[in-house]
Amino acid sequence: MFPRIVYESFRRQARRKLLAGIAITLGVAVATAMIAVATDIGDKINRELRSYGANLVVTPQEDTLDVEVGGVNLKPPSDGAFLNEADLPKIRGTFWHHNIVGFSPMLPVTVKVSSRLSDLSSPDVTLVGTYFNKSLSFGKEDFSTGVRITHPWWKVSCGGDRESPTCTWPVHDSENVLLGERLAAKLNRKAGDTIEVAGRQLTISGILSTGAAEDDQIVAPLALAQKILGKPGAVRRVYISALTKPQDALAVRDPKTMTPEVYDRWYCSPYVQSIAYQLQEVIPHSHAEQIRQVAQNEGTVLSRIKGLMLLVTLAALFASALAVSAAMATAIFERRVEVGLMKALGAGNLVVSAIFFAEALLLALAGGLVGFSAGALLARQIGRSIFNSQISIEPVLFPIIIALAVFVTFAGSAAAIRRAVKFDPVFALRGEG
Amino acid sequence: MSAGPDTLLTPKQVGDRRAESPHVSMFTRMLLRAAVLRRRRAASALLAMIVAAAVATAMMNLYVDVQAKLRSEFRNYGANVIIVGKDGQALPADALAKVESVLGAKTLAVPFSYAVARTRDGQSVVVVGTDFTRAHQLNHWWKVSHWPDAPNEGLLGMRAASVVLPKASGNRQPFELTFQGKTIQLVPAGMLQTGAGEDSRIYLDQSTFQNWTGVAASTIEVAAIGTGAEVEASIRQLAALLPEADIRPVRQIMEGEANVLNKTRATLYASATLVVLTSALCVLATLIGWVFDRRRDFAIMKALGASERLINGFFAAEAAALGVVGAVLGFFIGIGVAAWIGRANFHAPVVPRFGVFPYVLAGSVAVALISAILPIELLRRVQPAIILRGE
Repeated sequence: MFPRIVYESFRRQARRKLLAGIAITLGVAVATAMIAVATDIGDKINRELRSYGANLVVTPQEDTLDVEVGGVNLKPPSDGAFLNEADLPKIRGTFWHHNIVGFSPMLPVTVKVSSRLSDLSSPDVTLVGTYFNKSLSFGKEDFSTGVRITHPWWKVSCGGDRESPTCTWPVHDSENVLLGERLAAKLNRKAGDTIEVAGRQLTISGILSTGAAEDDQIVAPLALAQKILGKPGAVRRVYISALTKPQDALAVRDPKTMTPEVYDRWYCSPYVQSIAYQLQEVIPHSHAEQIRQVAQNEGTVLSRIKGLMLLVTLAALFASALAVSAAMATAIFERRVEVGLMKALGAGNLVVSAIFFAEALLLALAGGLVGFSAGALLARQIGRSIFNSQISIEPVLFPIIIALAVFVTFAGSAAAIRRAVKFDPVFALRGEG
Repeated sequence: MSAGPDTLLTPKQVGDRRAESPHVSMFTRMLLRAAVLRRRRAASALLAMIVAAAVATAMMNLYVDVQAKLRSEFRNYGANVIIVGKDGQALPADALAKVESVLGAKTLAVPFSYAVARTRDGQSVVVVGTDFTRAHQLNHWWKVSHWPDAPNEGLLGMRAASVVLPKASGNRQPFELTFQGKTIQLVPAGMLQTGAGEDSRIYLDQSTFQNWTGVAASTIEVAAIGTGAEVEASIRQLAALLPEADIRPVRQIMEGEANVLNKTRATLYASATLVVLTSALCVLATLIGWVFDRRRDFAIMKALGASERLINGFFAAEAAALGVVGAVLGFFIGIGVAAWIGRANFHAPVVPRFGVFPYVLAGSVAVALISAILPIELLRRVQPAIILRGE
């Protein structure tokens, strides 16, 4: 009898059930989407924050002082210590290699530019050797890295108004270079021209605009800079862009003073400090340090945005819980006559409540299932249209969402069911109330 | 209602009481009585309305304010505009004053002047003259053990310190620097650590630096507040004012900020829309129930000969009143919620935006009207007799 009542109730009152079901579905969909977005937003914003550039720099341990004013290095070029280029792929072998978005080696060389067009005294110019988008491999893993990943604000244009098919990023192992835009204006060169640097004829493949010191410099493939300097495999410093966790009290502690357990916890957290420590381990004779301008601030920005999304998600959960309760209360309130009839026929309060709760359970399960799928789609859509990447839904979210839907539906129905059950059947059947 | 049999009034007494009470039209009286008699249902409908309006208000307030909050958060990244003399020339002496006059007092502008000096054992080191108070405000990320407070004190970058102070022991030991034959004796005040070029430099007070080297400021770093377009407008203004200088945005900072801000705004917008829609749904569900519940009133009015227009007007007025009251109460609660979120998350109050109120009001009334009209349309097709018979 019990299943039949529930079944008939769904069959005969399909429209009303549909209304309540829609409310549950929408509420669950919004809740699912918001939870998915909120759990993933930290990672997404962290990746966006990488557009501020590298947050770690690795230098040789015995590095000498930089004497650089306005982008021009005033120090003899062969001075000081270097890192070995062959060590760089090991960066992918650190514990947190999945968090390392990219890295760019830099090798500044002071060179003389001979002006072909005029006989002006050739000025000292800094030529920086780097990776643009170089394919490397470490173990079985192939990856590509370079300034196009770590310095996303660097832009290459053709310079002047000449349409040139050659204005591109230089290819590695070529004699092509990028000319900083202010230097290009000073030397009156455009993409496609050649420039004589340290006795070599180099082709300008594009004009580089960065808004920083590189605008006065020449940027070349690393191998070319090493040839000019006469030190194969030399790298002055490496910029590393890594996804990090906002720092807390543990992050800033000195690893030497930690107990083994605390040390393990510190080592296995993606703090900028622990990643720096691991980089020092894999690159011999190196010193890794956070670039405080980027590293310090991204933590605050990240925690602010995460906190904000958390609060907004709570608001969304609250609103959908309320919507579901309101819909359920309305649906039950309308059925007082039915309750009156059941009670007049001798049904106890318990049986009547059980029928309503069973119906609510079925509605919550169906609505939760459909709503979860709809919410997953919605989250994917948000991820794709805002972040151009997938927002993944954790499978563990599914039982939680279903449980939440059932709980909210029950909570929303409880008060209405109690009132419906308490209502005197005589009044209900007479149609008063 | 409270009148029992012993207080039964004669028709005359009733007439007198009616005459005494202030004259209200039948329409208003029906509205008021409906609210009083069914106060539980009315209260739940009103509660849904208030919650929806409050959530919508809080979301709209945050959406506008959070961007400003995040922008000021982004200014911790330091300067977004750099002013340098063309071809390495020094800037005119009044450049800083001019910059400040254009950008207003709230904008931070910090002068820097550079020189290469030699230590006693002949090593070159870059020395920078600046205004420490301003530099401190601009560059929050500088890790400084102690800021200098006397004119002959210098701030040493970590790497520069290892050159001028060969022994790690005597940290407060005075040291000498020579620039073009002129020697100055300085006391290290503290260490500076940034992980970037600053680590290799020694910072001095601007006037000490100028007395010693005679080199004037060649760079001004500016943290301009405002949207991307506002900052670009400031750059154009400055370019017109300082033709002898090269003014350029720091692309790294400007583009990073624009990027993160756009993504955050879009996410917040999507979330706020979802939340507002859900609360509208909540109102819809509650109000449909509230109108359905009153189908007997509807039937009696119809049976007594009320026109369709009057009935529609009556339910619409009821819904609108609910919407207005809900919007007003919800608006103030929402402002409170937004202020709380601002304090909890950004440690700064969110300024209430009363400009949002008309939208919240219009939205609430619209949702209420839609929720009232939907069930009335359904009820209109039903004969009043059927409703009154309780079927």
